[in-house]
Amino acid sequence: MPFPRLPDLPSLPMRPEDIVPQRINRAPSPLLASGLPWISVMLASLAAFSPVIASAPLVPPLAFMVFLAWRMLRPSLLPLWAGLPLGAFDDLYSGQPFGCAIVLWSAAMLVMDTIDNRLLWRSFVQDWAVACLMMIAYLVLCAGIAGLAAAYPLPLVIGPQLLVTLALYPLVTRLVALLDRIRLLPLRSV
Amino acid sequence: MARPADRRPGFSRRAQYGIFTGYVIAVAGFLAGAALLIVSIVNPSAFSSVRGAASEIARPAGEAGAETRAAGQSVIAAIGAYFQAGRQNAALSREVAAARANALTMQALEGENRRLKALLGIVDPAVKPVAAARLIGSTSASARRFAVLSAGSSQGVRPGQPVRSAAGLIGRVIETGPGTARVLLVTDPENVVPVRRARDGLPAFVEGKSDGRIAIRLLNMGVNPLKLGDVFVTSGSGGLYPPGIPVAVVTEVLHDGGVGHLASDPADADFVVVLPVFQPAAITALGASQQAAGPAPEPSEAGGGT
Repeated sequence: MPFPRLPDLPSLPMRPEDIVPQRINRAPSPLLASGLPWISVMLASLAAFSPVIASAPLVPPLAFMVFLAWRMLRPSLLPLWAGLPLGAFDDLYSGQPFGCAIVLWSAAMLVMDTIDNRLLWRSFVQDWAVACLMMIAYLVLCAGIAGLAAAYPLPLVIGPQLLVTLALYPLVTRLVALLDRIRLLPLRSV
Repeated sequence: MARPADRRPGFSRRAQYGIFTGYVIAVAGFLAGAALLIVSIVNPSAFSSVRGAASEIARPAGEAGAETRAAGQSVIAAIGAYFQAGRQNAALSREVAAARANALTMQALEGENRRLKALLGIVDPAVKPVAAARLIGSTSASARRFAVLSAGSSQGVRPGQPVRSAAGLIGRVIETGPGTARVLLVTDPENVVPVRRARDGLPAFVEGKSDGRIAIRLLNMGVNPLKLGDVFVTSGSGGLYPPGIPVAVVTEVLHDGGVGHLASDPADADFVVVLPVFQPAAITALGASQQAAGPAPEPSEAGGGT
């Protein structure tokens, strides 16, 4: 049997929109449309239960990055107070003292609101720069709070983690953009 | 791209109130979080039951992950082994020959040790492990170093019990749920372990540096006697950790101590064993005397076992 040539292969559904064959008389499922941001942030919080048992903080704070990416992509999708429940969930798994993520995520929402009011135009580089500042502040404050809880000034161990986080943010925004397209798939028949 | 203008409520009173309430809840959430943070810094075990319940829920995911980790490592190890089979065979043959000679010496020493202990009347308590379990999660993004164990109070795991793997010390249990327990790893800065050098019993203690390495601090000041490659094992003082568990290997010598790598990387440990507290009576007496002495000026006793 000859090896199938590329044009002979059935084309893969490259876009999430191609999954749904029929588009007329259909609307996005309300559960998915409003629930996917919350679920994706909570799943990112559960990344602590990953196969890697780390002896140094290397994994970027994925939950905060996904949270921030949703906030930047769809400013009004997550309510202003979303940092309270999502931060509380993240605190259960992150190992930080309980309340750390509640404070920092709520503050991040308020800061993002201020930034949105100041900067009227958006661009990729500007979003990345703002996210970089937010994530640097987040990681430094997290390490400071953890050091406070351990009653021991934590050395600057977050350097590598910080670099990974900053470099990975555009990828997370791509992922969130993909999730956003899945979120609005017309699954419900009207 | 201009920012979306969907936050302008127009003249709708209801929408205006909605936005205002959002701000109020956000600020209230911030303040509530700050209050919770202060409570959990002052009393670290305040939210342990909530955390325990949360780990119970995530336990199946963690166990699946732990099995994937073991499988993945064995695949990589099997592929790697093909590339070094010949060299490894020669090296292992040499090692076996050396080890056989060492084993004979060890047997003789063990016999002598037993005789001497019988002469002195020392009875070693038989250490029976409490439970064997997997590490199913860790705080990989936080500067604190905790891991989650797939055994809890229903298997007899209690806070304070040391956890080890086949290669060495992992940490100690600090919080337990019914089916999971939270382990403070040796690399956490709060974890202080009394150790001695395996070769000559030089006393020291190790303290996590939170970046995967641990700081080794000597008790006796003066000329630093550490050498690269020195192995430190638990000394048993403090009564928490049983003596003789490997903890660290010195990789860097500083002027007043050293920096070591873990004897047992928690990422490599397939199964870990929870051991009973070495000398429970001593721990209780120590705690009672500390309470009687009043609050310490420095809360450094949180590490325990010093």
